[in-house]
Amino acid sequence: MTERKARRTWGKGWGPAVPLLLVVAIAFGIPAVMLAAGAFTEKGAPGEPSSYGFANLAASLREPYLGTLLSSVQLSAVVAVGGALTGTFLAHAVLTSKSAMLREAVLSVSGVLANFGGVPLAFIWIATLGNSGVVTVGLGLGSGLLYNFWGLAMVYLYFSIPLMVLVIAPALEGLRPQWREAALNSGATTWQFWRLVGIPVLAPALLGGVVLLFGGAFAAYATAAAMVGASVPLVTLQIADALTGNVLVGFENVALALSLDMIVIALLVMAVYLPLQRRSSRWLR
Amino acid sequence: MAAVTPTAVPVTAAPLPVAGGGWGRRVVLLVAAVYFLVPMVIAATFTVYNEAQGFSLGAYGRILSAPGFVSSFLLSLALAAATIVIVLVLLLPAMLAVRLGAPGLRPVLETITTLPLIVPPITYVVGISTSLREGADALAATPFWQTLISLQDENFPFVLVLAYVVLALPFAYRSLDAGLRAIDVVTLVEAARNLGASWPQVMLRVIMPNLRSSLAGAAFLTLALVLGEYTVAALLGYQTFPVWIVTISGSDGQLSVALSILSLLLAWLLLLTLSRAGRKKS
Repeated sequence: MTERKARRTWGKGWGPAVPLLLVVAIAFGIPAVMLAAGAFTEKGAPGEPSSYGFANLAASLREPYLGTLLSSVQLSAVVAVGGALTGTFLAHAVLTSKSAMLREAVLSVSGVLANFGGVPLAFIWIATLGNSGVVTVGLGLGSGLLYNFWGLAMVYLYFSIPLMVLVIAPALEGLRPQWREAALNSGATTWQFWRLVGIPVLAPALLGGVVLLFGGAFAAYATAAAMVGASVPLVTLQIADALTGNVLVGFENVALALSLDMIVIALLVMAVYLPLQRRSSRWLR
Repeated sequence: MAAVTPTAVPVTAAPLPVAGGGWGRRVVLLVAAVYFLVPMVIAATFTVYNEAQGFSLGAYGRILSAPGFVSSFLLSLALAAATIVIVLVLLLPAMLAVRLGAPGLRPVLETITTLPLIVPPITYVVGISTSLREGADALAATPFWQTLISLQDENFPFVLVLAYVVLALPFAYRSLDAGLRAIDVVTLVEAARNLGASWPQVMLRVIMPNLRSSLAGAAFLTLALVLGEYTVAALLGYQTFPVWIVTISGSDGQLSVALSILSLLLAWLLLLTLSRAGRKKS
């Protein structure tokens, strides 16, 4: 009885949302469940039933797969920290500029470039620094410049720095000029102002930006895939190979386990981000 | 990466306190200008100039006649149109319900519109393709098998529409949420209902006209997402526009760079239109 009553109040007015919830359950729920189930399924020998266990997950955390996972994490970490620092300096340089047009232009360009991932990004860089790119040939730089760890990091920074500018700009604007004046009038040096006031106020937004950039670089696949010939082992490329049948038979389920590893890492990263975002939003008012 | 980040950053009138003499600032701006402009300019030159022919706009002229361009571009546009319609039709009633007496629904909506941002798209594809494969085995003897096959029709893969609906939810939700915040939904709906309007009339003649700009925003963001999405389409094996760009790059590098530049300009235009529309309202 109470259960029925509770259900009725719980479901009051939910009718219009049913189609949405149904579609999400089918289009998102089923793939999620199948992914998780597959990651824990061990294929038996032909003709034998499969069983559940942790073998795939264990395999996904051993070589050669562990290497791709670590290399992805490394690349994302470099891009996240590098992009966050550069983006903050750039945003500060732009926001302190006297030209309102420069500020407007940089922020609007950042809006476009932050979304400029994927295939087009790869081709712009290939035309510039690829093996037969204009700069490579023009300066005689030799091939393979773009297709290593640092080359890929440089390409990823092209959308990460603008994203950081967008994330940090509101926080930088939240730094009231009065705070600085108050600090300087009380005898603080510029360095002391930044160490004791500026950086603590910016910290949540900075860390939030690092996390956001990490997530973006970690999940990026299209750019790396379009830069055919890149010799950087990435977990996204490894999963794609498994999916399109470029690996030994029977390793599909390891790919599922690798995907699960990725989701766990992404969730951990987000678990850091959400409370940070709540804290930093205090300064946006 | 197919993510689309909202661009609304407030620009205050008063400049921030200047640190130091401004030399550091100039160096930072210069380095940034070189890093961001040089590849763009060089790529643009690459599309209109080569040693053999000199200056020519040939790469842009070839686009329309390139094999596969028309079909892949039309496919992407059709997928975008279907995705936009379905996202709006599913999302708008649910978001109205939150405001009209089901506040408990809000955390649910927040969750399902945040998850697609967190889950890396490639793992989503892995889930989809596993579901399709296992589903084909499990449903082989039932009439649903035919449904599953038609979902994957090469001419119009509805499975991609379903995936894009999920991926577009976060952006559409935030755009619509901003619009709904600005109007008094409860009063509008009550007034319309008391005057005898039916629910379809309320939606089409009261709610939607009031949400025009945020509906357009949601549609634009979804369009940009679908036109640029590579991962899901490529790994499920469909020739959408971005997948085709990669395919054609093997035989015509100049053409693929030209298309990359055009798609950047298109993204620029879409976002400019969006921020214009947003500014006009405020």
